[in-house]
Amino acid sequence: MALPATTPNVRVVTLTIDGRDLSAREDETIIEVCRENQIPIPSLCYLDGLSIWGGCRLCVVELEGQGRLFAACSTRVAEGMRIQTNTEKLQRYRRVIIELLFAERNHVCSVCVSNGHCELQWHAQKCGVDHVSVPYRQAAYPVDSSHEMFRMDHNRCILCTRCVRVCDEIEGAHTKDVMGRGSDCQIITDLAAPWGDSDTCTSCGKCVQVCPTGALVKQGTSAGEMVKDQHFLPILARRRHAQ
Amino acid sequence: MHLDDLAELAEQYRALDAGITHEVRVCVAAACQSTGSLPVLEALTQANTDDCCKVKGVGCMGLCSAGPMVAVAPKDGGIPESVLYREVKPEDAAEVLASVGGPLVERLHCPTDQPFFTRQMRIVREHSGIIDPDSFKGYVAVGGYAGLIKALTEMTPADVLREMTTSGLRGRGGGGYPTGLKWSTIAKMPPGQKYVICNGDEGDPGAFMDRAVLESDPHRVLEGMAIAAYAVGASKGYVYVRAEYPLAVERLTTAIKKAKRAGFIGNKIADTQFSFEVEIRLGAGAFVCGEETALMASIEGLRGQPRPRPPYPAESGLWGCPTLINNVETFANIAPIITNGGEWFAGIGTEKSKGTKVFALAGSISHIGLIEVPMGITLREIIEEIGGGCPGGKAFKAVQTGGPSGGCIPAQHLDIGVDYDSLKTLGTMMGSGGMIVMDETCDMVDVARYFMEFCMTESCGKCTPCRTGTWQMHELLDRIAKSRGTPKDLVLLEELCEVVQATSLCGLGQSAPNPVLSTLRYFRDEYEEKLAGR
Repeated sequence: MALPATTPNVRVVTLTIDGRDLSAREDETIIEVCRENQIPIPSLCYLDGLSIWGGCRLCVVELEGQGRLFAACSTRVAEGMRIQTNTEKLQRYRRVIIELLFAERNHVCSVCVSNGHCELQWHAQKCGVDHVSVPYRQAAYPVDSSHEMFRMDHNRCILCTRCVRVCDEIEGAHTKDVMGRGSDCQIITDLAAPWGDSDTCTSCGKCVQVCPTGALVKQGTSAGEMVKDQHFLPILARRRHAQ
Repeated sequence: MHLDDLAELAEQYRALDAGITHEVRVCVAAACQSTGSLPVLEALTQANTDDCCKVKGVGCMGLCSAGPMVAVAPKDGGIPESVLYREVKPEDAAEVLASVGGPLVERLHCPTDQPFFTRQMRIVREHSGIIDPDSFKGYVAVGGYAGLIKALTEMTPADVLREMTTSGLRGRGGGGYPTGLKWSTIAKMPPGQKYVICNGDEGDPGAFMDRAVLESDPHRVLEGMAIAAYAVGASKGYVYVRAEYPLAVERLTTAIKKAKRAGFIGNKIADTQFSFEVEIRLGAGAFVCGEETALMASIEGLRGQPRPRPPYPAESGLWGCPTLINNVETFANIAPIITNGGEWFAGIGTEKSKGTKVFALAGSISHIGLIEVPMGITLREIIEEIGGGCPGGKAFKAVQTGGPSGGCIPAQHLDIGVDYDSLKTLGTMMGSGGMIVMDETCDMVDVARYFMEFCMTESCGKCTPCRTGTWQMHELLDRIAKSRGTPKDLVLLEELCEVVQATSLCGLGQSAPNPVLSTLRYFRDEYEEKLAGR
């Protein structure tokens, strides 16, 4: 919820979003006003509390009188703005973008630790993505399990850079950054060293909490790690009989 | 310092060559160097015994495909007055020198009365191929820095802005944004730290105009930047040059050093209150760093990635300060506009596109090289007359302008006058000025695939549509080009083009589908042939 203006210089403007008349502070972005008024706009890179990235492009909206689209996360409101957030064209574009994300890496929900708690999966359901029409890239990326508490699976990364930003802006460690170009971009720790060897990582776990998908997870949460240990039973039973 | 003092200085520098009647100019720009012009220069210098003849290295003369180029010219003569020799070898030195004041060497002669030379109009490249790019004195001797001194001593910043607006100059980097308007916006920002950036990250395949300008006349660019800084109230400038242009960087470094020593850059320039420092920043090989916000991130030492605009650099640019960013060629146009006035410049070109434009001719064309022509000249004149058409008698098919952000223009539109707006209506753009000519043997699907591959590998990876959309489009084009595509693939390709164009973050992503869209517009039959399995 946006707080009242703290500086006297900030003015309040009125605007229309999907036909609803709304008021907002002029230093707010469109997505902030939408969240405030329960107008759903999908977004993956935007997260309240982090700097604006403008990379996922899911939050694009139409502004009346403007030929091009605007990202709601990086566009400030203005007096008299008339915004459409959910036209047929936008829905179609969002579906394609989500399909592109699914096809880029190996987002197989059924074997993912975040199945059911994944923002990508959730947006796919909300936007009506029931199949992917573009070919899958089928690229295999490494999994970094070297950290004792957390794990990075690049195959499930959508490069939203929330982890990079939270590590830099909130934790102040700047352990994470991006390496490479295009679809081969990868989130790296320090200068592309194994996460476990990092001197700068404080193991605070903020990156894991902000990750929208199953790319950053706690150790021990994958299906393969769900191994039951029943060795204790005969030992305990024998000890009890011995008494 | 006043204009009179500068004229006196120029006179002094000219007097240094008092006994000289002829000059033998050897092109030492990158293209001619790669064909071996340095040994030619060496051989000519050693063989020259005539005191009235001076052998010197100069910048690009334009006809790169005929390199190494050597010009024998009367002392103050330009290219039309000189005798040009093509493909000169070190062993030809004696013959070339013997032709000074004597009969020309028929075997090497390259006539200057052909359209390639006579149809050009040289403003940006007026000193190119005539002066020694490493010589500060040489630049001043031909009237260099007069624009800067005039601006500083006889004009207020507002006067300079007025001249720029009157001139109608538009940004030569591709977008064609009115330069006067851009400058005025930054000038209107509250006083404080402001920056001027020269964008020399020329990355379009087939484009080499900026390289030639920087290698041939670096002081011209510095002078333009200093005038711009004076007009907008900046005190610090950066020239961002890609590291792939080592010679340009070297010449620019020399030029900055010499201009600083002479007091044309630095503190209190020409005894006025105006100070301006310039530094060079090297690009590390990313195409996206030609995009202004990515370029600024790169100068700041960050990863070269664009950020959403607004805020535009004019409002919040380098380190959050108002920043003017213009292309090399734009800055090279400034000094003559100030010297001759905006009205003069506005008299050249078309109604909405003023002045001249430097184009790099490449591909299937007889005369590969650089030309400078007035805006509004038709493509047919450029390609058939100046460029000499496709070699080997092949038929012309299309010309790609604007690099990977532009599109192709087929033969039926050759009679259109070239300016920013006419090219846009054809589904392409002016771009920085690269022209790749394609003949009848060229496969247009393959052209689209090539440019898409370029966009895919050069995508910074920040936004989803460009990062993964270009990969998908390249995959589809590859499939179609190998005759393995289906009609469904073409539908999907067109859909992806639309999404990537509409939703990408920066201009590079938004324009990445252009080569596909324009080849589909003019050569759809070729796609369909491939789909039919032929």
